[in-house]
Amino acid sequence: MKGRVLVVDDDSALAEMLGIVLRGEGFEPYFVGNGDHALAAFRDARPDLVLLDLMLPGRDGIEVCRQIRGESGVPIVMLTAKTDTIDVVVGLESGADDYIVKPFKPKELVARVRARLRRTEDPAPEQLTIGDLDIDVAGHAVHRGDEAINLTPLEFDLLAALARKPWQVFSREVLLEQVWGYRHAADTRLVNVHVQRLRSKIEKDAEHPDIVVTIRGVGYKAGPA
Amino acid sequence: MTGRRLGRPLGRPLGRRLGARWRRSLQLRVVATTVLLSGVVVLLIGAVLIQQLVAGLLGAKEDAARSEVQAGLGTAQLQVDSFDRGDPGSARELLGGVISTLGNRAGAGGRYDVVLLSSSGRQAAGTSGFVSNEIAVSSIPRDLRDVIAVRRVPAYRYVDIRYVDGRPSAPGLAYGGPLDVPGGGAYELYYLYPLTQEQETLDLVQRTLAFAGLGLLLLIGLIGLLVARQVVAPVRMAARTAERLSAGRLHERMQVRGEDDLARLAMSFNTMAASLQAQIRQLEELSRLQRRFVADVSHELRTPLTTVRMAADVLHEERQTFHPAVRRSAELLQHELDRFEALLAELLEISRFDAGAAALDAEPVDLRDVARRVVEAAQPLADRFGVERSGRLRLQVPATPCVADMDRRRIERVLRNLVVNAIEHGGGHDVVVRVAAGIDAVAASVRDHGVGLNPGEEQRVFDRFWRADPARARGIGGTGLGLSIAVEDTRLHGGRLEAWGQPGGGAHFRLTLPHRVGEPVTASPIPLVPDDALALPAGVPVVVSEPPVPVTAGRRHG
Repeated sequence: MKGRVLVVDDDSALAEMLGIVLRGEGFEPYFVGNGDHALAAFRDARPDLVLLDLMLPGRDGIEVCRQIRGESGVPIVMLTAKTDTIDVVVGLESGADDYIVKPFKPKELVARVRARLRRTEDPAPEQLTIGDLDIDVAGHAVHRGDEAINLTPLEFDLLAALARKPWQVFSREVLLEQVWGYRHAADTRLVNVHVQRLRSKIEKDAEHPDIVVTIRGVGYKAGPA
Repeated sequence: MTGRRLGRPLGRPLGRRLGARWRRSLQLRVVATTVLLSGVVVLLIGAVLIQQLVAGLLGAKEDAARSEVQAGLGTAQLQVDSFDRGDPGSARELLGGVISTLGNRAGAGGRYDVVLLSSSGRQAAGTSGFVSNEIAVSSIPRDLRDVIAVRRVPAYRYVDIRYVDGRPSAPGLAYGGPLDVPGGGAYELYYLYPLTQEQETLDLVQRTLAFAGLGLLLLIGLIGLLVARQVVAPVRMAARTAERLSAGRLHERMQVRGEDDLARLAMSFNTMAASLQAQIRQLEELSRLQRRFVADVSHELRTPLTTVRMAADVLHEERQTFHPAVRRSAELLQHELDRFEALLAELLEISRFDAGAAALDAEPVDLRDVARRVVEAAQPLADRFGVERSGRLRLQVPATPCVADMDRRRIERVLRNLVVNAIEHGGGHDVVVRVAAGIDAVAASVRDHGVGLNPGEEQRVFDRFWRADPARARGIGGTGLGLSIAVEDTRLHGGRLEAWGQPGGGAHFRLTLPHRVGEPVTASPIPLVPDDALALPAGVPVVVSEPPVPVTAGRRHG
């Protein structure tokens, strides 16, 4: 398993501790302590995953998240001390795939990191269609006709999960388990925010989606082809 | 001022509506009182005026009549005295002459009429007499005739003058005197003055006075209204402003106009409002700073805590390779960190409640499911505590659903808290969780048979960091914030969390939730005092309490 992890955190003690834990699990950590240098460090390290503290000197975590997302679909996991709805939602909307609330246990962290890196293992060749989109699972590509649509790995997984079983309505909890790899019920806001983000990329009209359809009170399903 | 009340049902009795108006409207009372009192005064003045006028008018008439009658009597006496006594036929002629002479004196206008009647025949029906014009003899009242005929002195009466030719009768003055006709007997001579003109004058004056009085009253009423308005309007404005202030609109102020007493009222009112606003602001600011501090501290503690947590975990994983003392230290570190973390999490939760930032995520949930999950999760803890006395954790639920709007996460936390508390303080005896549904509420209760609550403790059981017995409770988990958070969670739902306790008889905590968030809870489907409460010897107090409900109870936060 590839394991280059960029830790963006200004707290040197926490960063060092994260390094110890990550190394112990076989990952290769890189560190940057300032939001302004985060993007440069990201380009140098070319990590497979970014651990990003939301509270940073210089550019804050949200801004860094947007920058990285601007040039890469690499998984981003936020570290946050806040559990208030607005912070988490803003972080997710700025492009993060998942978040962990401080204080967390090493096992929890490692599980999240693994879950995000899991999908980068080589998938079997598979061709799916959803709505008017063609999905090449092995090639990690989505096309509408000849037009390629750029999705992050997580968004891709979400779309693929829905497309594999177009007859099934997925509850948010089921999606959390299948796409994010959560065992227990977690924050369903993750799903809401990512569905919104996915829709903004693939729907012709994100206000009236017809590829990822909301089933009120149940969850989401693939729209009719 | 009336516009607000237009929406009232019209079916209410008028009397009660008026009564209510009377009690409520100062303006109405002022105007009504003014008009009423002025009315009495106007009436009095009018009555006196009319009386004076009548006296003046009639007095003049009477004076004129007296002199005319005396003059007439003198003339008539002279004429009859010179009368030749032997000829009765000419007597009639003579008397007729006298009458016409006297009648002619009245002039063409007919200022008065003259009547000459024989006193001797006055008892007879068809009294004969001499009448100028068409006067009916019955115009002269009998009592007047009696006075003149018997006492032989002039006298007068106000009479109704009747006419024989069918004209309507008119008010008048009858002035009469005795006339002795030598050889012809006693006669009475009457002058009849019609008072039509005087009556008209009087009527006119009366009408004028009435109109003037009414006009005056109207004017006074208007003036009263105006004056009352000037006073009442600012008072009403003050009342409205005060209402808005108390509704929380602290920026409301009264308009200050002029420099009079009312302006002073407005100014003092505004000063009061401003100082109140400043004080409230200050308190709010202080409380905000304090809450902010708690939130910041909790927040800032999290980053170092994360590092410590991870370090402890790494040590804990490797503890088998350590020296026994170091190993135990690593275990203690790990264990206490769990407590520390729980405490921090609850502190943060409390600070969120204090900041009013707690949001309710309510949906219909069956309380039985929540209770089942909680009991299931607490079973291992119950087994551990119940070992000595073989106490068990039991759940009693009805067969029918107990659905209410609730935030599942919060209610689960409340129940978990109550159950864990009961187990830890239950002394190893049975702990029973009950769920029930009522008309407008659902309830869950947790009964333990531990040491119970002592008098005085019921007030403090929901307090932050309060422990029944510090020495004993420390050994058990718990942060001391559990019940405080439970109270806040319940409050967020508009529900009630109550405690019952008996020294030695155990405790009973009851959670009641309305079917819909914010609806009032009238009764709980579970009685707070349990059936198996000890029969109380006299003098042992039962502790029943409910945490104080603040003004924000039932309101949605955030």
